[in-house]
Amino acid sequence: MPKVMLRRDSDGLLICYVPKKDLEGKVASLEFDQPGKWGGRMVLDDGTAFHIEPLDAPPVFPAEMRASRG
Amino acid sequence: MSVLTREEAQGLIQRVLEVYPEEARAERSQHLMVSDPATEQGSSCITSNRKSLPGVMTARGCAYAGSKGVVWGPIKDMIHLSHGPVGCGQYSRAGRRNYYVGYTGVNTFGTMNFTSDFQEKDIVFGGDKKLAKILEEVETLFPLSKGISVQSECPVGLIGDDIEAVARKGTEKIGKPVVPVRCEGFRGVSQSLGHHIANDTIRDHLLDSGLDDGFVSSPYDVAIIGDYNIGGDAWSSRILLEEMGLRVVAQWSGDGTLAEIKRTPKVKINLLHCYRSMNYISRHMEAKYGIPWMEYNFFGPTKIAASLRAIAEHFDDKIKEGAEKVIAKYQPMVEAINAKYIPRLQGKRVMLYVGGLRPRHVVGAYEDLGMEVVGTGYEFGHNDDYDRTTKELGNTTLIYDDVSEFELEQFVSRIKPDLIGAGIKEKYVYQKMGIPFRQMHSWDYSGPYHGYDGYAIFARDIDMTVNNPCWKKMKAPWKS
Repeated sequence: MPKVMLRRDSDGLLICYVPKKDLEGKVASLEFDQPGKWGGRMVLDDGTAFHIEPLDAPPVFPAEMRASRG
Repeated sequence: MSVLTREEAQGLIQRVLEVYPEEARAERSQHLMVSDPATEQGSSCITSNRKSLPGVMTARGCAYAGSKGVVWGPIKDMIHLSHGPVGCGQYSRAGRRNYYVGYTGVNTFGTMNFTSDFQEKDIVFGGDKKLAKILEEVETLFPLSKGISVQSECPVGLIGDDIEAVARKGTEKIGKPVVPVRCEGFRGVSQSLGHHIANDTIRDHLLDSGLDDGFVSSPYDVAIIGDYNIGGDAWSSRILLEEMGLRVVAQWSGDGTLAEIKRTPKVKINLLHCYRSMNYISRHMEAKYGIPWMEYNFFGPTKIAASLRAIAEHFDDKIKEGAEKVIAKYQPMVEAINAKYIPRLQGKRVMLYVGGLRPRHVVGAYEDLGMEVVGTGYEFGHNDDYDRTTKELGNTTLIYDDVSEFELEQFVSRIKPDLIGAGIKEKYVYQKMGIPFRQMHSWDYSGPYHGYDGYAIFARDIDMTVNNPCWKKMKAPWKS
């Protein structure tokens, strides 16, 4: 269960940072990205995939959260 | 003049790789590539931040170098104790030229070397008692120091000393922060992990402990993060920010103080110059205190103007006007520099091999002088650095990660650049070959290179090196 940090860059893209691996990547796809449901399978642009337990609403960025390898 | 085509560059890489045994060749081939602006993501083509191969001459440093030398060292009013044998501290002493103001040995300690000078008995019986004694001695001899950081060298980790416990007791005893930093040299693959460890200890021991000294913040407070004031870099950056109307309340960590660091959580935005070494703390402050951060680049007028405008975007119209005024003010100076030096430097080709930021940051400055970067690479960059690099580069630029001395020599002898910018380990080899060289870690004992004032010095230095008649008279001693 690595901790990941999500933020928006200056272009509004979602950026994911994994401190443990010193890995930063753009979020290529996110399973649920709606006002009522947010999270699920998240794939970075280098192909690394994580799973975030879906939330009831999109979090306020920057946000730190737990993600499991997915 | 030999400008490589894409195929020739690929061929060059293949030829260089041929000398390696099979396993090494497979590993090294992932670290060498030819840039292609079409690929947005440099990291998908190149592997970085991997352990160097045994037997390959790497230019990398260690975690201790990253922590003591880079992040902690320039905090001038703290004492940074090199805990372990004497060499690590002594051979890295004052070599990085982080300028500062103050009375050395009285209230600032930047160029001094403090070490616990481990002997055989300390390895056998442990060095904790010695450390406790040193903390008291330091307090007696240098009462104006604001704190002590204990920078572990390899043996401390190997023998399992409990420096955290000693530091905790020391903090109580002397009433100042004593920060244990577990930056033993064997950790990680390069100095990069040392930066991370140092950032984490600053976070845990200084930043979040808070400081209520009645500091009143203003809407225009900013912090310069990751500018180490090499040859005065942070000062020539700071005046530009102040001229546009901002208030710089902290410099991290060049010419920085403990009080500045503790006030940083009150700023409006963190301006990050060296992304590689200080992004960790910026991310932490963003998450914990909600302070946004942005990268900027103060090398060369094009990038300076772009950065000033990007910084002003985060503030109101007053600052935006201020930024335009600053750019306009320095425009005549830039034009004069360009008029003088571009005719002398136009079309010259540069190869770079520096640490974790400059391989991409200085590209714009060379281009402003009409020069072209034909090869660049990081000692300890990560995938995100390469993502940020490829968009700065032209079509057939060689990119090399953790390049070995052999590979770099081969590239140089084929590409025959007009200038090489790398570190001290490369300097004398290439100078003896008769190739103009500048040491781009400490600006070859010159500087500053940041900001408009720095650009003038940068242009002069590059011209002085490239057009120096001495290079043609040099003959490599191994070629006679």
